[in-house]
Amino acid sequence: MIIKGKVFIFGDNVNTDEIIPARYLNTSDPAELAKYCMEDARPGFGQRDDIKGGIIVAGENFGCGSSREHAPIAIKAAGISCVIAESFARIFFRNAINIGLPIVELPDTSSFSEGDIVEIDLTQGKVVNVTKGVEHDAKPYPRFLREIVEAGGWLEYCVKSLTKK
Amino acid sequence: MTLAQKLLSRKAERSNVEPGEFLLLDVDLALANDITAPLAIQKFREYGGKKVFDPEKVVLVPDHFVPNKDIKSAMQVKLLREFAKEQGIKHFYEVGRMGIEHVLLPEEGLVKSGDLVVGADSHTCTYGALGSFATGVGSTDIAGVYLTGKVWLKVPESINVKLQGHLGEFVTAKDVILKIISILGVDGANYKALEFSGPAIYEITMDGRFTISNMAIEAGGKTGLFPVDEITMAYEKERGIEVEPLSADEDAVYWKELTIDLSELEPQVAYPYLPSNAKSVVEAEKERIRVDQVVIGSCTNGRIEDLRLAAQILKGRKVAPGVRCIIIPGSQSVVKQALKEGLVDIFLDSECAFSTPTCGPCLGGHMGILAEGEVAISTTNRNFVGRMGHPKSKVFLASPAVAAASAVRGYIADPRRL
Repeated sequence: MIIKGKVFIFGDNVNTDEIIPARYLNTSDPAELAKYCMEDARPGFGQRDDIKGGIIVAGENFGCGSSREHAPIAIKAAGISCVIAESFARIFFRNAINIGLPIVELPDTSSFSEGDIVEIDLTQGKVVNVTKGVEHDAKPYPRFLREIVEAGGWLEYCVKSLTKK
Repeated sequence: MTLAQKLLSRKAERSNVEPGEFLLLDVDLALANDITAPLAIQKFREYGGKKVFDPEKVVLVPDHFVPNKDIKSAMQVKLLREFAKEQGIKHFYEVGRMGIEHVLLPEEGLVKSGDLVVGADSHTCTYGALGSFATGVGSTDIAGVYLTGKVWLKVPESINVKLQGHLGEFVTAKDVILKIISILGVDGANYKALEFSGPAIYEITMDGRFTISNMAIEAGGKTGLFPVDEITMAYEKERGIEVEPLSADEDAVYWKELTIDLSELEPQVAYPYLPSNAKSVVEAEKERIRVDQVVIGSCTNGRIEDLRLAAQILKGRKVAPGVRCIIIPGSQSVVKQALKEGLVDIFLDSECAFSTPTCGPCLGGHMGILAEGEVAISTTNRNFVGRMGHPKSKVFLASPAVAAASAVRGYIADPRRL
């Protein structure tokens, strides 16, 4: 699977309260959550037209804090096609895998700039910064997680593999 | 083996499991709340769910926005209530019978040592205090448990946190964990289990252990485990549960070890906007940081010992002019006990507000939202941007003793110098 899009830069320790503040959690409607995506990190971000198909690039510990799955849902529903970070907080990581939001870990994301065009080959684990002409190797998923991703998410995996008696 | 390895290998019915391995395990208890359960229920139905795997093992606690703060929240809780009825889930806790989930579940005897507990709430790691492998997951994970009874987990490496020495006056479990987080950083334990050991753990009560395990996630931890000892066994016995002692092996291999001397520890204050920004209250007091609001409560510090400590400070004193002090007990039984011990009278005489149990302001839900530019000191667990209200408000984290002393002074204050 190939993803190509424009980069939006965020810092270290982007937490779930910034990704989707709790004041918007009285609903679980993805379209409603999408409007407030990254609201407390960059007010108005979720309502911009140019984020559709975009790629979030961040530093360490992306998605720390609450277990709210509303965070990856808001990002996905806002039209963001992939999140690249140096590391992901554990619960955000599993939520993203479980719901099928593409995420990529790169050891160092400091060379990316706002507006760079990036092409990601999820199968090969390659990230190409087209604007800067630089290629990065992504950290591969362990086999078990690849199986979940390939199944299309955790519940698809459950239905296919675990509910058959 | 580490405690984490022991607990997970037992669940996997194997003699050993190694860090990094992925396991598919049967869950003993699956928790969700009014924010996370609606998504789980929706997905359960979407994937053909008719009956949950075992209604006895499903717990639903509406606690974040209750008593319902608005129509949308009321609709979410209604969904939980109807689902509980339809599925025959008896562990659904209504207003008037509820508590903040992580105060309530141990209190009700729903969690025990050796259990695998998953909760769609990051502070599920609280139950590690009882020696159960308890960890926060997402709503899809909970839907998966409803469908199959199973969850996927990676066996974590562990960080051994050795506690030695003795806690000084007005130095609490909260100060211990804030110190640990300040050493590790907010991702210092990402994907790892924290394991607490050392002679000082035997001086920390069950309420204090819950506070410590609760905030393991603020260092990124998967869970925060205490060994099962006489303190655990006494707590469980009161609830009619018999458990065996359990601790890590002498030759357990840890990813990292650190030692904290409690005798040298001072009350801590975590500055905005990360729980890892802790400084000594002595330094904080010098800065004369004026507060508009004080919150004492939450899944971190809403237990009876926390209220006793706050009452000890507030007794015979008044909340400073211009300060709002909101006390939120963690459960109905904490409310009842506080009434019985006369703590509520002390709070009211000090001109505090005393609330019904709720997560409320901790996550900026309701019952004490901050306006632009306002400052709070709170016994809760997070101080991220906008956590308690306006994105330009600030939250400082501390123990009930520091919070109560600050309420009296009107600025962040050392309870030992009141």
